[in-house]
Amino acid sequence: MDYFLTETQQEIRDLAYRIAEEKIKPVRAEYDEKGTFPWDIARVLSDSDLFGSYIPEEYGGLGEGLFSGILVTEQLARICSGIALVFEGTLLGTYPLILFGNEEQKEKYLPRIANAEIISAFGMTESGAGSDATGIKSTATKDGDHYILNGTKQWITNAVEAEVYTVVCLTDKERGIRSATAFIVERGTPGFGFGKKENKMGIRASSTAELVFEDCRVHKSAILGKVGQGLRVAMDTFDMTRPVVAAQAIGLAQGALDEAVTYSQQRVQFGSKIASFQSIQTMLADMAMKIESSRLLLYHLCRLADRGDKDLTKLSAIAKLISSDMAMQVTVDAVQIFGGYGYMRDYPIEKMLRDAKITQIYEGTNQIQRLIIANELIREYNRSKR
Amino acid sequence: MDYLLTESQEQMRSTAHRIAEDNVKAVRAEYDEKGTFPWDIIRKLAEEELYGSFIPREYGGSGEGIFSVALITEQLARACGGVALAYSVNAFATTPIILFGNEEQKRKYLPDIASANKIAAFSITEKDAGSDASAVKATAIKDGDHYVLNGRKQWIINAGEADVYVVIFIVDPQRGARSATAFIVDKDTPGFTFGPKDNKMGIRASTTRDLIFENCRIHENQMLGKVGQGFRVAMRSFDFASRPGMSAQALGIAQGALDEAVAYSQQRVQFDKKISSFQAIQVMLADNAGRVEAARLLLYHLCRLIDKGEQKVTKLASMSKVLCSDAAMSATTDAVQIFGGYGYMKEFPVEKMMRDAKITQIYDGTNQIQRFVIATELTKEYARKSS
Repeated sequence: MDYFLTETQQEIRDLAYRIAEEKIKPVRAEYDEKGTFPWDIARVLSDSDLFGSYIPEEYGGLGEGLFSGILVTEQLARICSGIALVFEGTLLGTYPLILFGNEEQKEKYLPRIANAEIISAFGMTESGAGSDATGIKSTATKDGDHYILNGTKQWITNAVEAEVYTVVCLTDKERGIRSATAFIVERGTPGFGFGKKENKMGIRASSTAELVFEDCRVHKSAILGKVGQGLRVAMDTFDMTRPVVAAQAIGLAQGALDEAVTYSQQRVQFGSKIASFQSIQTMLADMAMKIESSRLLLYHLCRLADRGDKDLTKLSAIAKLISSDMAMQVTVDAVQIFGGYGYMRDYPIEKMLRDAKITQIYEGTNQIQRLIIANELIREYNRSKR
Repeated sequence: MDYLLTESQEQMRSTAHRIAEDNVKAVRAEYDEKGTFPWDIIRKLAEEELYGSFIPREYGGSGEGIFSVALITEQLARACGGVALAYSVNAFATTPIILFGNEEQKRKYLPDIASANKIAAFSITEKDAGSDASAVKATAIKDGDHYVLNGRKQWIINAGEADVYVVIFIVDPQRGARSATAFIVDKDTPGFTFGPKDNKMGIRASTTRDLIFENCRIHENQMLGKVGQGFRVAMRSFDFASRPGMSAQALGIAQGALDEAVAYSQQRVQFDKKISSFQAIQVMLADNAGRVEAARLLLYHLCRLIDKGEQKVTKLASMSKVLCSDAAMSATTDAVQIFGGYGYMKEFPVEKMMRDAKITQIYDGTNQIQRFVIATELTKEYARKSS
């Protein structure tokens, strides 16, 4: 189908598709099993100039905006959404720098990220601050020209592997979340270490670990944006990264549908291909329909984002919500269509189902997305009444 | 939200919005109750140059394609699904003439339709030919340079009110559906009458009746397209006009219900709080907003593809129809729920919206048939890829 992509977008999409088919497919089962971090795929992506597709040209990227990021994510996730996360998690870790970094900070990090020399990560979540991000407790206490960081960030994608981390800490415990401030911290900074590496149900080729700060001193030049702007850094970043999680969900659902249609054409029961049974056809049609509508909404969102529209919070939350709920449904149904075979690790379907679940949870649970959407709806209504 | 519409699309949309707010809302309850056909709204649309928006300029329209129909229908349906249907079906029924009509037929009908001097209806459905359209039995038997029509078409929207009818007949009972052929039949042709008005659950401002043909003679130059092309005429018109129009109607109903639900939830106080502050209500609003937006963006994409001349839109058109109508059913059912007991009462518009919504899952190909169409297209695509 024609999605009205530009020629460059089409090329980016095709290239990512090929890399996924040729480089990711052969290793996905092994990386999932062993939890191998896909540095090799990051390098392949950077050799093809895709790793920094969304990074501005002046910093070594392609300058193709968020749309390119979601096109790449979607194609990689079609084959393995765990491996896609090396790209996607880096996008999450890099967008705060793109959106809020000063010239010096951008020059220091973006070119090295664009060529996958280093990767990045973003740390907001803590053990007591999940859906309620305002509950963070990590502190950054001013000490002359420096800040001293203390606390633990939890479930950080790309942790350990990443070289550069954006973390949000409170600079004034009394003022709480209003004092939240984003800092750029490099791996190897004294007092900054890693806690438990998580053992996950899915997306196992991605790395998830705790960031532990114990009297970690960083210079004030490491502040991203301004003091007190931490929550805004996070929220503006999420508006950009929710679409990427949506792309991950859409990609993995498309992968599951592709497998399910192909299988239903091969599998014979009662003397007919199971694709000829209406009960299977209805499942396939629902899967395809939901994927297409999620995709078209996401693409519209990215077009708006890349031309600089503000106030994309509602659409961004809708994209994340419908895509991830759809991915869960589609992967469950794909396993169902494969029957007993679908439950076996010889086929890629059970992994897709495991990978899908996290998309309903991270980047704001779908329950939180619904509250965001409802609040935006109510605000719109009140604005139109005035 | 910005839907990246052109300036003239934006204008048509806001004009239709104004008409819906000012003219349709005032009469919707009455028209629903009495089953009044909305001639006044149709005239108003013609006055504002919206009625023929989709008709090519050389035949008196604005040449704004199916997207314009979707935008106008959506806005009207936000206020009343029945009124919207009376409007949108005309566009669907006129499309076969635009696509398959010869120059003479186009000149004869399109300018009159563009100005709402005449309105159109389309019919294929019969008593035993619903989801299985290939079972049509009504015949057109050649007699010199005339055809003699016999048979009965069922549930025809705009029947009785319309002046121009595009009807599918079998010209050779032996060859059955392969001989299906489209004809344009004018109202008042001898031998062509109507059954009684159907009494419907919803969309009551639109008229639905049977078409009855008893030895009705029409000249062969009333044939649309060629002999045996009847199904092609029907299927193309479904893909390019009817499914976008019906989708837009469903979408408008859904949006109208969501608007009412958000507004009510901000006014209604229980346990000393606006009910919009309860998460259980917020979840319902959010789910419907998500479904509506996703359905809308898919429909708009479909319209853009059709208007730029894309031919293969069957799968997307079916998806659009299912998504929009399922969204309408869910948004209206939930709106009634959010209104509680009030929602069940006719003083509030949401019970009507729910009644109007149900038909959108049924007509223009049931959603079960749409899923079958989608699956068949999918299977074909994969077979093509692997060969």
